[in-house]
Amino acid sequence: MKKKLTTVMFRGTRAQEEQLDAVIAELRDTQGAMMPIMQKAQDIYGYLPIEVQKMIAVKMGVPLEEVYGIASFYSQFRLNPTGEVSIAVCLGTACYVKGSGDITDRIKIKLGIEPGSTSPDGKFSLECTRCIGACGLAPVLTINNDVYGRLSTGDVDGILAKYM
Amino acid sequence: MDTVNVKINGKEYSVPAGSTVLEAAKIANIDIPTLCYLKDINEIGACRLCLVEVKGARGLVTACVYPVNEGMEITTNSPKIRAARKTNLELLLSNHDRRCLSCVKSTTCELQKLCQEYGVEEGHFTGVKSEYPLDESSVAIIRDNNKCILCRRCTAACTQLQGIGAIGANDRGFDTHIASPFEMPLAETTCINCGQCVVACPTGALYERDDTKQVFDAIADPTKHVAICAAPSVRATIGECFGYEPGTDVEGKMVAAMKALGFDGVYDMNLTADLTIMEEATEFLDRFQNGGKLPLITSCSPGWIKYCEHYFPEMTENLSSCKSPQQMFGAMYKTYYAQKVGLDPKDIFFVSVIPCTAKKFEVKRDGQNAAGVPDVDVAITTRELARMIETAGINFRDLADEKFDQPFDIGSGAGAIFGATGGVMEAALRTAAEVITGQTLEKLDFEEVRGTAGIKRASYKLGDVEIKVAVCSGTANANRLLKAVEAGEEKVDFIEIMACPGGCVNGGGQPVQPAVVRNNVNLREKRAAVLYNADKNLLNIRKSHENSAVKKLYDEFLEHPGSHKAHEILHTHYVKRGL
Ligand code: SF4
Ligand code: SF4
Ligand code: SF4
Ligand code: FES
Repeated sequence: MKKKLTTVMFRGTRAQEEQLDAVIAELRDTQGAMMPIMQKAQDIYGYLPIEVQKMIAVKMGVPLEEVYGIASFYSQFRLNPTGEVSIAVCLGTACYVKGSGDITDRIKIKLGIEPGSTSPDGKFSLECTRCIGACGLAPVLTINNDVYGRLSTGDVDGILAKYM
Repeated sequence: MDTVNVKINGKEYSVPAGSTVLEAAKIANIDIPTLCYLKDINEIGACRLCLVEVKGARGLVTACVYPVNEGMEITTNSPKIRAARKTNLELLLSNHDRRCLSCVKSTTCELQKLCQEYGVEEGHFTGVKSEYPLDESSVAIIRDNNKCILCRRCTAACTQLQGIGAIGANDRGFDTHIASPFEMPLAETTCINCGQCVVACPTGALYERDDTKQVFDAIADPTKHVAICAAPSVRATIGECFGYEPGTDVEGKMVAAMKALGFDGVYDMNLTADLTIMEEATEFLDRFQNGGKLPLITSCSPGWIKYCEHYFPEMTENLSSCKSPQQMFGAMYKTYYAQKVGLDPKDIFFVSVIPCTAKKFEVKRDGQNAAGVPDVDVAITTRELARMIETAGINFRDLADEKFDQPFDIGSGAGAIFGATGGVMEAALRTAAEVITGQTLEKLDFEEVRGTAGIKRASYKLGDVEIKVAVCSGTANANRLLKAVEAGEEKVDFIEIMACPGGCVNGGGQPVQPAVVRNNVNLREKRAAVLYNADKNLLNIRKSHENSAVKKLYDEFLEHPGSHKAHEILHTHYVKRGL
C-alpha cells in the first residue's frame, strides 16, 4: 500500500536531534548503516517525516531519495505519527468478506483521513492491518487497546464519538 | 593481462579474466540483448533480457553480471533462451502503456526494437495495469511512468554520474515506481534539469519538454522576426539523428536545414562563446590581480549553476557573473542588433538550439532580459531540431552545405571547443595568457585540460604568474572537487565545470544512443574530436580576442570587456537555493 505524506506539523526538539546525531556518529561507518539508523530515528521521533529524513540524508551525505526509497519500501517505517487515538481496521480475509472495507470507508468519511495517515491535529490515525487473529469477532477494529467486533457500518459513528 | 579460455556457441575464445559473459561475448562479436545494463553505472541484473546458458549452471544466467571462468561453455542463442527472453519481454509489456504510435521514443526505443526482434504476442498482455499521472512540473524534463520498465538506468545516471538522486525507486512490489522523494513533483526537487536521465532511458518514460510547436508557430507568424543560433556541439551530433556515424561534422547541412525551416537569421553561437571568453577572462584577471573572490568558476552550464545553488550555495559568489553564450546571444540580438537594423525587441523571437535540457530552465531565469524581454524565447535541444527538420520534410542528407548569416557568422576555434569538457578553460587561457604577457602565444594547445577524465588539474606559468586550474564534468565530480576546495585541501584559481560528463557533446539534449552504443563506443571522445578538428584545421582564428566580429561588437556597442554596458547586458546573478 502506498504511504501517505503526513499533514501533521513536525514538533522535533533539539534533544531529539542530538540523540539522532549520536546514533549516526555511532553507526555511520558500519556496513548497511541506513536501515539501523532509520530504525533508531523512528524510535526517537515515533515516525519518519520529511524533516527527519532530510536530517538523515544531509548528515549521511546521501540523496533524500535514497532515504525515502528505503522508508517507502519497508512497511515498518511510518511517515505519519501514531495519533492519540490510533485506529486499526482488520483487512484479513474473514473481516474483509464481512465488510471491513465498508467500515474503513465510513471512518474515512467521518474523520477525513486515508488509511496510513493521521489527522492534521495529530489526534486520529487510521491503519489497515492484516489478520489480527480475532476472526471469530469479524469484522474487527481496534482503537488504542480497545477491541470492537461483529461490527456493522452503523456502529462506526457511535464508537468514534467516544474518542472525540 | 590474465586471460581465461571459454567456449561461446561452440567456438573457443580467450578473454580477459574477470570479464562478464556479456563482455566476453562482445569480444567474440556476439550480441546479447540488454535492457537494464549500463556499463559502470547500472550493473544490477534486473531485467533478465540478457539470459544465456552456462553449462553446469542451474537455470539460465544473466550475462551482464555473470563472470566468466576457465573452461566455461556458454550458449547465447537457443530455443530455450529465446523463449525465456520473449516471456520476460511479455511480462514487461503486460504493465506497459503500449501506445507506440504517439510515443516520442518510437523507432528509437530499445524496448520496442527487442519486442519486434523476439516477436512478442499481443495476446499475452493481460493483467492489472498501473496508471500514473505524468510529471510535467519541470520546464525541461517530463516523466511518464506508464512507459517505465524499472530498469533504473535513469536513477543510476542521476545518482552516480550526477551525485543528485532526484529520482529513485519508491514503494515496493507491484507498486514500485520511479519518482522523487515523498512523491514531490520533479520541479520541487534538487533536479538540475541536466537530462542525463533522459539520454539513459531505453524507453519513452523520460523526455524533454517539446517546444517545437512554439517555434513553428513563430516562424508562421508574419509579424515576428525569428532567428536561431546553434551551440558549438550541435553540429557535431545532429548527424546521428539522420544516420551519420557519431563524430561526423555536419555544420553545413545543419545550417542549410535551419535556413530551409524558414528562420530569418541563422547564426553561430561560437561567436558568443568568444564573447563569453572576453568577459570571463577579463573577470578572472580582475579577480586574480586585485584580490577578488577565487577560485573563479565558469558559468556557461545552467545545470551546473543550479547544482551550485542547491549544493554549494556559498560558492555562488565564486561563479562568474557572465551569462552563458546562449543568453549573451539573445541579449545582444535584442539590444545591439535590434537597434542596428531597427527592429522592436518585442517583435523578435529568438531561438537557440543547444545540446542541453537545462537551457530550457535557463531561459526562464531572472536577470536574463537585457532588452526588457526575455533574451532567448525558446531553447530547443538537438533532438528537437532534428524532429523539426523531419516534420518539415527536409531531406537532411541531401542538403548542400550553407553558411551562417552575417554579422554573427564568425566563431574562433576557441569558441568551437566550448562544447567539450576543458574547452572553456582552454579558450580562456589562450586569451588570458596573451593579456598577461602582452605577447603572442606560441603553443595554443593546452593538452592537460583536454580529454574525458572527470577531473583534470593543471598549472600554467603565464609570464611571471602561475595559475592553477581545474576542470571537471559531471556534477558528482564537481562535488568531489569543490569539497576539497571548500576544505582548503586544494588551492585553485580558476575552475571550469560542465554539468554533463564529458561536457556539452554528451549533454542531456543530444541524440539518444541505445545502450549497445553507449556501452561500446566512446561517444564523448568521438563527438569532441569534431570540435578539436575544427579548432585545429578548419577555422582561421583560434583565439577569441582575435575574432573580428567580436571586436566589432565592442567597437560599435559594448565599448570594452567588463564595461558598464557589458555588465548590464552580458552579466547576471544567482540565488542560494539550498537543499
Ligand atoms: S516506450 Fe517504446 S514500446 Fe513503449 S510505447 Fe514507447 S516506443 Fe512503444
Ligand atoms: S535531469 Fe539530471 S538531475 Fe534531474 S532527474 Fe534527470 S539526471 Fe537527475
Ligand atoms: S524511467 Fe526509463 S530509465 Fe528510468 S527506470 Fe523507467 S524505463 Fe528505466
Ligand atoms: S539483467 Fe542483464 S541487461 Fe538487464
